Amino acid sequence: MIKEFRLPDLGEGLTESEILSWKVAVGDTVALNQVIAEVETAKAVVELPSPFAGVITALHEQPGTVVEVGKPIVSFEVEGDDGAPSAGGPAPVETAKREPNLVGYGAVVEGSGRPARRARTFAAPVEPVETRAPVAPAVEPVETRAPAPAPAAERPRSTPPVRKLAKDLGVELTAVTGTGAGGLITRDDVRNFVGGGDLPTAARALAGAEAAGSTVSATPEQRETRTPIKGVRKLTAAAMVSSAFTAPHASEFLTVDVTPTMELLARLKAGRAFEGFKLTPLTLVAKALLIALRRQPSLNSRWDDANQEIVQYNYVNLGIAAATPRGLTVPNIKDAHSMSLAELSAALTALTETARAGKTSPAELSGGTISITNIGVFGIDAGTPILNPGEAAILAMGAVRKMPWEYKDEVALRQVMTLSLSFDHRLVDGEQGSRFLADIGAILADPGMVLAMV
Amino acid sequence: MFTDELGQGGNVTDGPDNSAGHHGGARENLVQLITPGGERVSHPQYDAWVRDVSDEQLGSLYEDLVVIRRIDTEATALQRQGELGLWPPLLGQEAAQIGSARALRDDDFVFSSYRENGVAYCRGVDLSDILKVWRGNASAGWDPYTVNMATPQIIIGAQTLHATGYAMGIQNDGADSVAITYFGDGATSEGDVNEAMVFAASFQSPVIFFCQNNHWAISEPVRLQSHIRIADRAAGFGIPGIRVDGNDVLAVMAATREALERARHGGGPTFIEAVTYRMGPHTTADDPTRYRDANELEDWAAKDPIARIKGLLERKGLLTEQLEARVAAKADAVAREVRAGCINMPDPQPLDIFKHVYSTPNSWLDRQEDHYSRYLASFGDPAGANSEEGAR
Repeated sequence: MIKEFRLPDLGEGLTESEILSWKVAVGDTVALNQVIAEVETAKAVVELPSPFAGVITALHEQPGTVVEVGKPIVSFEVEGDDGAPSAGGPAPVETAKREPNLVGYGAVVEGSGRPARRARTFAAPVEPVETRAPVAPAVEPVETRAPAPAPAAERPRSTPPVRKLAKDLGVELTAVTGTGAGGLITRDDVRNFVGGGDLPTAARALAGAEAAGSTVSATPEQRETRTPIKGVRKLTAAAMVSSAFTAPHASEFLTVDVTPTMELLARLKAGRAFEGFKLTPLTLVAKALLIALRRQPSLNSRWDDANQEIVQYNYVNLGIAAATPRGLTVPNIKDAHSMSLAELSAALTALTETARAGKTSPAELSGGTISITNIGVFGIDAGTPILNPGEAAILAMGAVRKMPWEYKDEVALRQVMTLSLSFDHRLVDGEQGSRFLADIGAILADPGMVLAMV
Repeated sequence: MFTDELGQGGNVTDGPDNSAGHHGGARENLVQLITPGGERVSHPQYDAWVRDVSDEQLGSLYEDLVVIRRIDTEATALQRQGELGLWPPLLGQEAAQIGSARALRDDDFVFSSYRENGVAYCRGVDLSDILKVWRGNASAGWDPYTVNMATPQIIIGAQTLHATGYAMGIQNDGADSVAITYFGDGATSEGDVNEAMVFAASFQSPVIFFCQNNHWAISEPVRLQSHIRIADRAAGFGIPGIRVDGNDVLAVMAATREALERARHGGGPTFIEAVTYRMGPHTTADDPTRYRDANELEDWAAKDPIARIKGLLERKGLLTEQLEARVAAKADAVAREVRAGCINMPDPQPLDIFKHVYSTPNSWLDRQEDHYSRYLASFGDPAGANSEEGAR
């Protein structure tokens, strides 16, 4: 007979998981507990062991799909009826044709002996009380039912996040038809309702923002180091998108002869003052950015849509995009603006080592104000980096290459780097963005220019 | 070309570790009777405590280790299949649990945390009773007095107080049984554990504090919680502390037997730190790859408790096909029993909630039960009527 395996709640109270890969194909014979799939929840990547021994007849979901808990994901042809071995165990209870407890710890709602969630028989006022045999007559409280207070229609069934969404959108849940299990109103129901109904524009925009959360990742061609959003990152991304999807990116490029900076780097490394520090081009680019930022503070700001305010930071938490075993993260250096070059160097080293070890703390990942991404380490020259959500600018530093370049009116082999800057055009005009990038370029082309800037 | 920022500095040194992070070092004072390679090494003090362990018993210990690992993997699979809400795997801690539990007498009493399912197996707890709570079918799985093991304590370290209290009761009874309480490295940071040790020391109660130092309190490494070896904390309470290789079933057994003997003869409490490693996640809802180094897991896999006793049996020529077949058959049977017991577990009924509130009849509770059954009946559903019927 055919048996279905429904996606269970793999953590505590999770509602969905993403199928990462199937380890079996249709037609495969699998043993009990053989790993059949790898899935990622908001909490962990886990392997799914087969609940049956049998032959796979259908895989209902493709890898990369996010599946709701309770949806069938795979079907098996199981010999006989004993996919679940019964030998040795207590006899199955006849009444309860039990399904796995799919979400959280609660009982499964189905037609067994449970009264849970069934509407009480309010409608016809319940028969008067006197027929009930009092248990302890002496203390029996008066059980007279007050005239049934206007039979409270049951609140439309939904979940707190959905009620919140509906409230935010100004949607009356009573007007929405639920399509979820047992008439449960889902987020989609609310969004669809908004889509079809006549609602204030603001509400529409908000609904659009919510919806965008699920589609925005489908434009990878703009992104250089884009990885599929899943699990924790998907949650994070959804939160980010809801606030950042409106940030219009503008990008600019500047190619600079950084030979003087590389020479400075060599001198600093050789000098005693920086003994024991790990100075790299990134250290100097970071410092140049911090100096240039003082002259163009609008690149260190945030668009606060909720309050309709622009938040100008008077400090810099400098984010550094880092490739880690778990994907791209952007930990930031707190108060980088007040650091000396040595301190900045030490902070960068600590940050990258922590990231590389996969030990970056959530605190280090939040609160960034502007970021640098070092795409040069991959041998790349330029790109249009995507803003770390909530930030106004991100600088991508390209590879340092020896190239024929104009030098003192002649062509010489010089060390050249391309800088790419993306900024939020709501906050930053082309003028500020251009001046900022030009300042960084000027410092790297001639570190002495700092004297003219600070 | 740039230096890769993430690749710079190949000469990275990790921060200073507490001693718990270093194993096999010269300072190590770890009691070990079987090396990770399976070699029996002699120990001047602890050899005597396991001298009587026969070849056959070694085989049984091996079987126990394999069986409880199998119970654990089966339960983990059941969680992944939606049959259990949650499960706290014991993977890697088998020897610590078996070595200590098999040293106990039937009249000793166990107060454990939620991870000692191997201990519960040794005490004879019905396999499906172990799973009840994790399936959400009951608030507690079994009657503690039938197996002399309290149901698992979820609150970190609270069971140590229960154990000390019970041990003080043993003293009042003038009996020679012992209370043993199991907890982890993280629990030693809790007030309860410290209070329990203060009382145990003051009253010289017959209680064993058995700490499985599995190195991780969920995501908190032990070195952040204890700047000294955990066993060394015991001295501060005036309790003898011993540090034993928790992946060495014989060493654990020897240390536990010594502590039991001390307790039975009025010698008071003992603190045992069994140094082991949680090879799996904290629970099935946890992802350890987010906070710990894969290399660490590899290091500990090389000290696996089962591979170790298997190695010893092999060296002694005891690892026969017969034994292997017997152990495999037992593990398979137990796994089947776990699965069947879980899947076929009857659902609790609404009125079951009144069952274990008081040990003796209580008129107020009866009254509430009556009210509740009539409430259920008010749904006007034949199934509700069934529930009422079940109430009487």
